[in-house]
Amino acid sequence: MHIPDGYLSPQTCAIAYGASIPILVIAAKKVSKKLDSKTVPLLGIFSAFSFIIMMFNVPVPGGTTAHAIGGTLMAIILGPWEAVLGVSVALFIQAVFFGDGGILAYGANVLNMAIVLPLTGYFVYKVIAGNADIHSKRQWIAAAIGSYIGINIAALSAAIEFGIQPLFFHTANGTPLYCPYGLSQAIPAMMFAHLTVGGFVEAIVTAGVVIFMQKSMPEILTFQTKGASHEEEFI
Amino acid sequence: MKKNLYKLTAFLAILVILTPLGLLAEGNAWGEWGYKDFKEMIGYIPSGLKRFAEFWSAPFSDYTIHGLGNIFGYIASAIIGIILIFAVIYLFGRFVSKSKNT
Repeated sequence: MHIPDGYLSPQTCAIAYGASIPILVIAAKKVSKKLDSKTVPLLGIFSAFSFIIMMFNVPVPGGTTAHAIGGTLMAIILGPWEAVLGVSVALFIQAVFFGDGGILAYGANVLNMAIVLPLTGYFVYKVIAGNADIHSKRQWIAAAIGSYIGINIAALSAAIEFGIQPLFFHTANGTPLYCPYGLSQAIPAMMFAHLTVGGFVEAIVTAGVVIFMQKSMPEILTFQTKGASHEEEFI
Repeated sequence: MKKNLYKLTAFLAILVILTPLGLLAEGNAWGEWGYKDFKEMIGYIPSGLKRFAEFWSAPFSDYTIHGLGNIFGYIASAIIGIILIFAVIYLFGRFVSKSKNT
């Protein structure tokens, strides 16, 4: 889902940056309010986790690949704004040092994978989990469904960005200048990869880590609520 | 808390060693082909795509490291990536705690 440079027109890239930067600023402000010596290492670990699991490419029938992202997981454990920042940092390092995702397209990649994904995933998780006990089955089922939907909405968002290119940016005779595949090709291709494979990998990773935490480090699962009460004490 | 951080770091270290499994999947993700591949796929390379495709040249492009094979290059990339991520987040933390104190 890492859009390389050249696939999106400079105009699309500019709009995506325009949408992403204010949200990143909000996230940075929200996170810095409750940032303490405990949050920094956890944010580092989960951002690194996201970076690492994106390296596990999984084959998709038809010869392409997909991978988990871990954004919803980060949102569930650390909080949605922490996830926005954590995934953005991972994407930044991938783009600058490993050429995974473009620099011009960084704004679009942040929008899809670091904003749309964790916020959608977290919202769905919250709706399903409700006030269920931290050790309950409902928690990890909500995590699985939330992360599955999160990554698929992110894939749809990327597909739309790819797909509108030939529609808006072409030469006088209609030859596409950037991504040559329209919505009718981009949407089915991206959705197939994520509905069949990417989404399940993301759901298994997310639910797996939540179950692991329920069993062996439940205090991390309550980190968010504790963090909030900590903040209140502060005020 | 400290014990948990050690456990999580150990978990991360295991994943780093396993990353080469990610190399087994053949092919590219949809929409992540090299620009030259378009010649074969659609018969031409869209001109704007060609113009911006190499806008940036990353030092460890495609998680490869000069002088290391695919597998070790991939593991080394994972380690470098983790170090860089921690550096960025540590600097962010420092910056925030400084601006809070002033």
